[in-house]
Amino acid sequence: MLKSKTFVKKTRSGGILKVVREHYLRDDIWCGSEVCEDCKDESPVLEKNPCLESSLCTYPHYLIPDTNVVLHQIDVLEDPLIRNVIILQTVLQEVRHRSGPAYKRIKDAIHNKEKHFYTFTNEHHRETFIEREPGESANDRNDRAIRVAAQWYSKHIPNSAEIKVVMLTNDRLNKEKAEQAGLVVYKCEEYIKSLIANPELVDRLAATADDQNEMTSSKIIFPEHLPLSQIQTGIKSGKYIQGTFRANRDNYLEGTVFVHGEGDESTEILLQGLQKLNRAVHQDLVAVELLPRDDWVAPSAVVLQDDGGKGEDDEEEEDEEKKLQTKKVHRDAMKPTGRVVGIIKRNWRPYCGMLNVSQIKESTRHLFTPADRRIPRIRIETRQAATLAGQRIMVAIDGWPKNSRYPKGHFMKSLGNAGDKETETEVLLLEHDVPHLPFSQKVLSFLPKMPWAITEDDMKNRVDLRHLCVCSVDPPGCTDIDDALHCRDLENGNLEVGVHIADVSNFIRPGNALDEEAASRGTTVYLCGKRIDMVPELLSSNLCSLRSNVERLAFSCIWEMNHNAEILNTRFTKSVINSKASLTYAEAQMKIDDANMNDDITQSLRGLNKLAKILKAKRIEKGALTLSSPEVRFHIDSETHDPIDLQTKELKETNSMVEEFMLLANISVAQKIYDEFSECALLRKHPCPPPSNYDILHKATKTKNLVIHTDSAKELADSLNEAEIDGFPYFNTLLRILATRCMMQAVYFCSGLDSDFRHYGLATPIYTHFTSPIRRYSDIIVHRLLAVAIGADSTYPALMDKHKQAALCNNLNYRHKMAQYAQRASVAFHTQLFFKNRGILNEEGFILFVRKNAIIILIPKFGLEGTVFFENRDKPSPKMLFNEEGPTLTVEGHTFNMFDRVRVTISLDASNIQNQKIRMALLDPVIPGVSVPLPEPEPEAKKAKLDR
Amino acid sequence: MAGIELLSDQGYRLDGRKATELRKVQAQMGVFGQADGSAYLEQGNTKVLAVVYGPHEVRGARSKIQHDRAVINCQYSMATFSTAERKRRPHGDRKSSEMSLHLKQTFEAAVLTQLYPRSQIDIYVKILQSDGGNYSACVNAATLAVIDAGIPMRDYVCACTAGFVDDTPLADLCHAEESGGGTSLAVALLPRGGQIALLQMDARLHQDHLDTLMEAAMTACKGVSKVLDEVVRQHLQETSVLTGE
Repeated sequence: MLKSKTFVKKTRSGGILKVVREHYLRDDIWCGSEVCEDCKDESPVLEKNPCLESSLCTYPHYLIPDTNVVLHQIDVLEDPLIRNVIILQTVLQEVRHRSGPAYKRIKDAIHNKEKHFYTFTNEHHRETFIEREPGESANDRNDRAIRVAAQWYSKHIPNSAEIKVVMLTNDRLNKEKAEQAGLVVYKCEEYIKSLIANPELVDRLAATADDQNEMTSSKIIFPEHLPLSQIQTGIKSGKYIQGTFRANRDNYLEGTVFVHGEGDESTEILLQGLQKLNRAVHQDLVAVELLPRDDWVAPSAVVLQDDGGKGEDDEEEEDEEKKLQTKKVHRDAMKPTGRVVGIIKRNWRPYCGMLNVSQIKESTRHLFTPADRRIPRIRIETRQAATLAGQRIMVAIDGWPKNSRYPKGHFMKSLGNAGDKETETEVLLLEHDVPHLPFSQKVLSFLPKMPWAITEDDMKNRVDLRHLCVCSVDPPGCTDIDDALHCRDLENGNLEVGVHIADVSNFIRPGNALDEEAASRGTTVYLCGKRIDMVPELLSSNLCSLRSNVERLAFSCIWEMNHNAEILNTRFTKSVINSKASLTYAEAQMKIDDANMNDDITQSLRGLNKLAKILKAKRIEKGALTLSSPEVRFHIDSETHDPIDLQTKELKETNSMVEEFMLLANISVAQKIYDEFSECALLRKHPCPPPSNYDILHKATKTKNLVIHTDSAKELADSLNEAEIDGFPYFNTLLRILATRCMMQAVYFCSGLDSDFRHYGLATPIYTHFTSPIRRYSDIIVHRLLAVAIGADSTYPALMDKHKQAALCNNLNYRHKMAQYAQRASVAFHTQLFFKNRGILNEEGFILFVRKNAIIILIPKFGLEGTVFFENRDKPSPKMLFNEEGPTLTVEGHTFNMFDRVRVTISLDASNIQNQKIRMALLDPVIPGVSVPLPEPEPEAKKAKLDR
Repeated sequence: MAGIELLSDQGYRLDGRKATELRKVQAQMGVFGQADGSAYLEQGNTKVLAVVYGPHEVRGARSKIQHDRAVINCQYSMATFSTAERKRRPHGDRKSSEMSLHLKQTFEAAVLTQLYPRSQIDIYVKILQSDGGNYSACVNAATLAVIDAGIPMRDYVCACTAGFVDDTPLADLCHAEESGGGTSLAVALLPRGGQIALLQMDARLHQDHLDTLMEAAMTACKGVSKVLDEVVRQHLQETSVLTGE
């Protein structure tokens, strides 16, 4: 079996080393085709009749792409249409070496059984291995290896099968040589264009270097980028500075480069003008050169948007704009200014946005406007402009040549019509970097096989708690139930309370693809009417979900408590439970309130409720904050999935009952894992906000003659409780909303790398997340730690490595933040949908903030926040006086204070389809020239006035 | 980019072997005339020379003498040209001393030392070229040399390493695999009885995986023993032909 043939490879690492490696060549590597009878492959990957209709190759064929095709045209290869492709080991290795993301994508394609991608290990095959010839470059050798493998295939596949292999390459020389060798070879573009019935694939082709040469627009707009070697020496000598480029959201001609300094010494360098920006795109790692001090400028406060439609002729206009900016420079406002000399690393991702269709009807070149305003517009080529107009599409950037005003890109896929619910949801998921693709085959392969049942093995480290009267209480319609509770009387007069959490870590084993996917997703994202799961549905809604009347694995935290809710004894154990009921909050509340019911579940619930009240009182005594944020829930039409009504979330006693025990479990677990693993426990902290954060709260309450103490959480909680104004019941809620805005973000961290563990909001010295492992990855890690602590599971190296933990925490914090943003964006979008069907409404609201030129208003009925601007582009702005101390704003004699009651009209401004907005306009108090009249039944006339 | 991929999705290792496959083992016995026994062994690119003197009178300090058995003296060294970078000290450094000790322990377990009381057996091994699995190659070469010297042993001592990558045990690691991080377990086995003469592991490994890894290493050792047996029989045949028996 072993055809041993040793050979010598030379590599350099540091100095010159001669590395000798063995290289075994084998003759048991199969071709992977169903038609081949010589090969003893058990499960051939390539189909017997690969049908893909092409006008160039009318016969059935397999494809062999070369490295560059895989690297650059991965979008095309990923298309479900392209199947039966042979990926050579040479190609795979080169891709791995050159681009991590492309490698991951091609691997995913290979793992996808539908795609019939076969990896041929040609480098170890006796007949396809070739040695590098003297004078031959590594690239040439690889190209030759690809050709040899293709030749081998065309000889190997029996003639009777009438299947040919088609090689795809964009390299002219390679193509010529392959043709000489008698191979069927096409350029990738040629081949894709020849595909019958699938013309839309053409748009996915990335623009290649060849195409760029054809471009005749000779005018060079941008200075050349320096080569990487020169940049590196420049950075070393201090001539250039390395930093992350951040484009300005409001002004496309301006950006900053964020330079990571040591400690707190991070600085920003200002860049102004297209030339200085020199093709940097948001988030790129760039090298900048500082300009001499005389050329420094101040950041402009002008809002400049790169308005579409003008094409490439608008350069003169830009020059004007630039002059306009430079005029108003103040000496003291000047900032270090620089220019981009080179790009160290591009950080491009696919961008969502919309197509600006070119005015010329037959044109295939169009501009694409990304949804993110920090990204420049991208020029793409497409033949489907007519269909794509009005759709949300995804575009990838291929490059930005120096003679092009805009980067060049290619169309990747269409997400659907703009304004559609599915499309917009997709867009907001993509823009918030929420991984939401279906789980890959590889991930799914780690799921337990169905039908699943609890086995002897499962019982080894578990306690049987099936006899207990456990029940779960959740919001209506919840399918991922991760917690259940029980409470019973003990013989000694004490109470036993148990919190049972789904044992997700039993199904997700460390290090496998499923675990990695969950770790990268970090959290389940709940949008209006949609849920993006962190773990596949089989786990989230079935095997892990603690549904009623089925046996489920759980991780239990069991306390013995006396009737004053003092913990006498805490026990953690893996268990098996059988929930007796899945209740909603309302159902649970009804059971508790209904004096006629006396079954086990109700008894248990009453006991829990009683204890929860004591626990809550204790917690508040310690200084836990009750904050408020206006949360709304949509009544969604079951047929059309359109929001039909809004409702602010209502809190029942049972909500707080469940919450109390979850908090208790989290705190108990946090203490336990910290005691056991002081260096690598994953905890959650909520830092104390700096005193300056409360300024706005102090100012606001002063006007109402109230004082809020903010020295400690306890004092804040107390003074918030006392702050009431007669006849203004909503005031307290407003105040709590305001207080919430003063808070810091709670974050995960690794106990070994931090010393401050306090959770400010909950007023507990230590806290973690344990109770929702189905929807949070942090909880899975905490489960693993706890399992090791009680000896129920084994540990693994990454769990005990505090630096790896810290890196994981960073990702989790990022994902949580993005999930929150996505959630908010989803609510905002549904609010828009809601108002779209309503026309113009008029509602009562309260002033939440006062700004220099606007007031921010909260509408309690919808939990909606909006801004009323007093400045207008078309009209002369009214007389305004802003008082910093109040803060108050006086407009034409009327003074706006915080918490003032106002009436506003609400309508949807759909003038910019990419960026629809809720508009608010003032109704009452009436200020001439500023407020609008009461909306009449006829909406047409109003729209004009409502514009800004 | 990322480090090297030790095991591809298709199940091939860097050099084209599958997870359980050994490197090519080639050996020759009786390469020197002056020594009592000698052998030359190649395990892939690892090349070793082993020489045995004895049993003979104990030399040097008389205190070393054991009254019921022979003393085994091992010396391990690496040629200066054996690695990619030229070695400064061919022997006597910490690593070599440790290796000498391990070899000594291994052969004390295998050689029937009680047959030669008050005497000494010297085993000298030299690595000519190093490409991973130095210990196991030395043991295998030394076994052949001891057999060549006609010293009775309980059984062949066969050694092999095994590593653990992506939850798969890899047999007989080469240098690239050994230095690619991860665990490497070396086992010296008396294959017929399945007794372990020496077991060594430097890096950390979870207890759950130990059994599978040991299993893999022992299977590999048995593979090595077959090859060694072949070599011995071949050598015997050749010498008997020469001596005309």
